[in-house]
Amino acid sequence: MNTDPIIQVQGLNVAYSDHRAVRDVSVAIPARQITAIIGPSGCGKTTLLRSMCRLVELTPGVRVWGQIFFAGQDIYAPDVDVTDVRKRIGLLAQRPFPLPMSIYDNVAYGPRLYGIRKREVLDALVQKQLQAAGIWEEVKDRLNAPASALSIGQQQRLCLARGLAVEPEVLLCDEITSALDPLSSQRIEGRLLELKTDYSIVMVTHVLRQARRLADYVIFMYMGELIEHGPAEQVLHNPQEAKTRAYLAGEFY
Amino acid sequence: MKRRQRKHIEERFFVGLMLISMVIVLGSLVLILATVLVKGLPALNWAMVTQVPQGGYYLGKEGGILNAIAGSLALAGGATVLSLVLSLGVVFYLQLFAKNARLVEGVRLALDVLWGVPSIVFGAFGFILMLWMGMRASLLGGIITLTLLELPVMVRTMDEVMQMAPAELKEAAYALGSTRLEMAQHVLLRQTLPGLLTAILLAFGRGIGDAASVLFTAGYTDRLPTSLLRPAASLPLAVFFQLGTPVPEVRQRAYAAALVLTLIVLLISLVSRLLTRHLTRHVVR
Repeated sequence: MNTDPIIQVQGLNVAYSDHRAVRDVSVAIPARQITAIIGPSGCGKTTLLRSMCRLVELTPGVRVWGQIFFAGQDIYAPDVDVTDVRKRIGLLAQRPFPLPMSIYDNVAYGPRLYGIRKREVLDALVQKQLQAAGIWEEVKDRLNAPASALSIGQQQRLCLARGLAVEPEVLLCDEITSALDPLSSQRIEGRLLELKTDYSIVMVTHVLRQARRLADYVIFMYMGELIEHGPAEQVLHNPQEAKTRAYLAGEFY
Repeated sequence: MKRRQRKHIEERFFVGLMLISMVIVLGSLVLILATVLVKGLPALNWAMVTQVPQGGYYLGKEGGILNAIAGSLALAGGATVLSLVLSLGVVFYLQLFAKNARLVEGVRLALDVLWGVPSIVFGAFGFILMLWMGMRASLLGGIITLTLLELPVMVRTMDEVMQMAPAELKEAAYALGSTRLEMAQHVLLRQTLPGLLTAILLAFGRGIGDAASVLFTAGYTDRLPTSLLRPAASLPLAVFFQLGTPVPEVRQRAYAAALVLTLIVLLISLVSRLLTRHLTRHVVR
């Protein structure tokens, strides 16, 4: 297995107006694996995830310092094109938010931004990504229907297809199954396991069983600090730190 | 008295008060519409809406109110187009690019204050501005003044509508690598289209119904508005000037103008409702 890191976080700090959500975090995210960030709520795991695609800065009053290297380049360097970062590092949100347009246009949104106009090319792309997200069979007869008419589980898979359509290298997933019913969650999890052959996936989850099912690499955070990280086997079954052990034993959430 | 009985009487008393308020509100609306209809309908005929007044609007017995209909549409239409261009600029700047929270709040406060300024003040301001620029009462002067009147309504309504668009939706567009303008153009505009349309029609309604701000700035005339630099008639002023004459035929024109104005405003709200229903197909909730 290729163990070169795809993202290298170095001395990252994120502060909201009243508190520091991420403190001095340094960690390497392995390529083409599923990395799970776990920890109790409010520990900074979502903030860490959102800083990896520079969406965290949309929050008013936020300050970020430290570095995140992606493909050898610090994405917080002043000369970096932020839209390029967000294209190459995609984010799936906790609650699915389809864009206010048809199912087809949702998936075609990204490719159109990047200049793909030909109908045949778009048609093929849309079909390919809807298939990759496992929703093609359900929507192939109503591609022009409004995306908001889909069920929430379908919407999340549509958002996955939409995210894949810009062909990112990294997929950040922020508790993407927490709003879904068990069956939809299971479907999404199956997709992630297939997608990790082509994408590097970083997921935030508060469901330990989900981390056990999916993760190859685990990062444990507590109160904004990185406590422990390593291969899933090691962190989940043989943790070195007392706090990790306590969390895994269910002593706090 | 038993507590339950007392509560029961109390409740009936307050429900009674609410019903009285309802009757006053609905009743006055019905009375206004009835008056306009009863007085206006007999006055309304083909000649009334296709002719300009003959022999002077104040005393001439012949002719209709086409000058005021065309003038009002030109004044309010022009002002709405001008406001729209300016509003979109202001709103998109406030929503997408403004970094200084104090500036944003300041602009909002200023617009709220302007919203409350009486239209006669806008009229007086427009008049002074025109004197200073060496302009006479004209269609252009009226349009500029009405634009000032309409702007706060349009900007603040659009601003509120965009503020209500879910933050996650904007984020979803950014997460795919959209620039701010691309997000605004493809996502925000579509999501808020029904609301933006309402804002435009609200502003148009305020503009077309206002008498005081066009009194000095657009003036009044028997002619059709054919030049930006000539005076233009308007429906509110058609009512104002022609209702107070001793000539019954002229008063007929005032009633007809009131009815036409009411119909235009009514038509606008109906159309906006229809369009809103049609446009919400893709809106995400």
